[in-house]
Amino acid sequence: MIGLFSFILDRRGELGRLIAEHLAMALLATLAAAVIGIPLGILLSRRERLAAPVLAVANVLQTIPSLALFGLLIPLPFVGGIGPRPAILALIVYAILPILRNTYDGLRGVDPALREAAEALGLRPGEQLRLIELPLALPVILGGVRLAAVLSVGTATIAAAVGAGGLGSYVLRGIATVDTRLVLAGAIPAALLAVIVDAALARFSRSERPMRAGFILAGLALASSLTLLDLRPSTPRVVVGSKNFTESVLLGELVAGTLESKGFSVDRKFNLGGAWLCHRALLSGDLDVYVEYSGTALMDIFKRPKNTDRSVVLASVTADYAGVGLTALPPLGYENNFALVVRALDATTFGLKNISDLRTVQTQFRLGMFGEFLERADGFKGLAQAYGLSFTKAPAEMDLGLLYEALESKRIDLAVGSTTDGLIAAKGFVVLEDDRHYFPPYDALTVVRAAALEEHPGLRAALETLNGRIDAATMRRLNFEVDGRKRDPREVAREALSSLLPQPSGQ
Amino acid sequence: MPRMGALVDLQDVSKRFDAGPPVLDSVSIAVAEGTILALLGASGSGKTTALRLVNRLARPDTGRVAVLGKDVEEWDVVELRRRIGYVIQEGGLFPHFTVARNIGLVPERMGGAEAQVRERVIELLTLVGLEPAEFAPRMPRELSGGQRQRVGLARALAADPPLLLFDEPFGALDPITRRRLQNEFRGLVKRLGKTAIIVTHDLAEACRVADEIAVLHEGRIIQHSTPKALLESPEPGYVAEFIAASLPE
Repeated sequence: MIGLFSFILDRRGELGRLIAEHLAMALLATLAAAVIGIPLGILLSRRERLAAPVLAVANVLQTIPSLALFGLLIPLPFVGGIGPRPAILALIVYAILPILRNTYDGLRGVDPALREAAEALGLRPGEQLRLIELPLALPVILGGVRLAAVLSVGTATIAAAVGAGGLGSYVLRGIATVDTRLVLAGAIPAALLAVIVDAALARFSRSERPMRAGFILAGLALASSLTLLDLRPSTPRVVVGSKNFTESVLLGELVAGTLESKGFSVDRKFNLGGAWLCHRALLSGDLDVYVEYSGTALMDIFKRPKNTDRSVVLASVTADYAGVGLTALPPLGYENNFALVVRALDATTFGLKNISDLRTVQTQFRLGMFGEFLERADGFKGLAQAYGLSFTKAPAEMDLGLLYEALESKRIDLAVGSTTDGLIAAKGFVVLEDDRHYFPPYDALTVVRAAALEEHPGLRAALETLNGRIDAATMRRLNFEVDGRKRDPREVAREALSSLLPQPSGQ
Repeated sequence: MPRMGALVDLQDVSKRFDAGPPVLDSVSIAVAEGTILALLGASGSGKTTALRLVNRLARPDTGRVAVLGKDVEEWDVVELRRRIGYVIQEGGLFPHFTVARNIGLVPERMGGAEAQVRERVIELLTLVGLEPAEFAPRMPRELSGGQRQRVGLARALAADPPLLLFDEPFGALDPITRRRLQNEFRGLVKRLGKTAIIVTHDLAEACRVADEIAVLHEGRIIQHSTPKALLESPEPGYVAEFIAASLPE
């Protein structure tokens, strides 16, 4: 507990920024949802026939899983891409229903005798609404706003998956690097924030002048949204991305650190939710560079048939990238292949050495793998087919960061990880041999927007200093520093760079 | 054409809701200026609907309604309603406004200056027998039933309308308060020279408050006369039975 406290205290600067971003996203979304939802609710209370269909649509929107909604928004022009924009839009979609619903219900719940009294007094329709119905419905409407705000604070945690920042960054980074402290450092403030926002809004809805309080709150939301604006001087910056697992974050840090050592200004957009998202972000210009694996690019991004010849794969993806305005640089120097990992004891007991040996245990083994592997063209289905395997128990889908813990605690018996995972050796696990050469080669290579290479003179040269300099042993060691020793990826990358890169002369 | 001297004139109006029996069936009533008319009947007799036709909260299927010599359909509805005070059971006060705001709402909406409105509120509270300094700042929930009705009346009088409509205004009060308010209301309406229509199911109330009584039964007017004539020579059948049932044994 004390360890956690000092851990959080050490990061108070960054934590403060994340809290501000988080709050800004949630409040801005709530404000926008109120601006849309309240007038729409008023309209529905006046046009009863519209109410049922519109509320049904809002209900359906509410049921879209948040990550799916973020995913759907990415390819859209203007609002799409990665960063706070699509995140806020998604949060608005979720926040509209409670506000719309409560506005409608609140207005419909006004005593008909009072509505009629207002009418009989000769109040005009606008006056009836403004002076009588809205003030009487206000507690219910504000209840909806309050619910929407709390929902938004909660859902904003997922926004980190599209690079929007906020406290979700800690949660995602913590899961990716199997670091519980980091998860808690994000989750606890997020929960506290939800409680505080709820209490603040409850107070404001009891206030004597709720309208005035509302304007103050709206002002605060807008002011806090300034934190989302990048106020740093607009020197040209290179945006470096990464996927949401330790090795990808480390590679991102290695690229970013290299560029910084060459004098480039760098923005980090790490822990993005998967290869597809990173690729979309490159195409839309939200990212300038990230490290991808040749096999993944071949089959998942460009949908080419599987090929196990390393140089053929490299040539193919380099050409495909060039076709969409991206440049694939020569490989970094190591392959990160998929690894089917078992406990050492099981390996001995069941005589497991190759993947084909799994047939003897296919009725009893429980499998764990990250979701992407279930779907990928070079993933689980093809593997089972190639080896004639048919597992009795359906594989459990879990985050990469959780796999080895699950394997160690015997909740699963076979984990699909990668050959460079630092925890494999540290925990005494065994990697099964791909004896039928099912997996294509996965050379790590830097992919960069061709336009960015033109915008930033010297960028290519800077990036190429990493080419051929990282071998599998190095990567495994760096992964272990983060996953096994719980160290900060940026720090680990910085240390590694000081030995990997030739020291600048004359300093 | 509306009849001469009638401030309110219902001519052969009929109304039904959906497929049910007619709520009003060829009803004609004229209310002369300065008269208090009671619409007397059991629940479901159509008396409240007849009242709501006057300020256009309801509209007839057939027939015509004229107020102040002009068909209600030709009135701008807001203009019409500002010439008609409306008091309902329990006052219909807005619970989020003070007594003063409830009463001052219409003068305020009609563009009265703040000081003028405040003065008018004091005047009206005094008129209905409530101490202005004590009652102006109160919220409706801090009033007794009788006080609420007094505020309701003050609000109805705020724009100085020539016509007042009362829908069971004393229904929710205890007998003593009810008796007192009935007398005061009649006195006030007469003193101000207003015309009024009051809907009630209570024969004694109708006799005490009104100059004329129209008895409604199943959507038809079956007797329209002075209270005295009604008691002395009721139409045989429903009216006679209604009166007999209303009198003490």
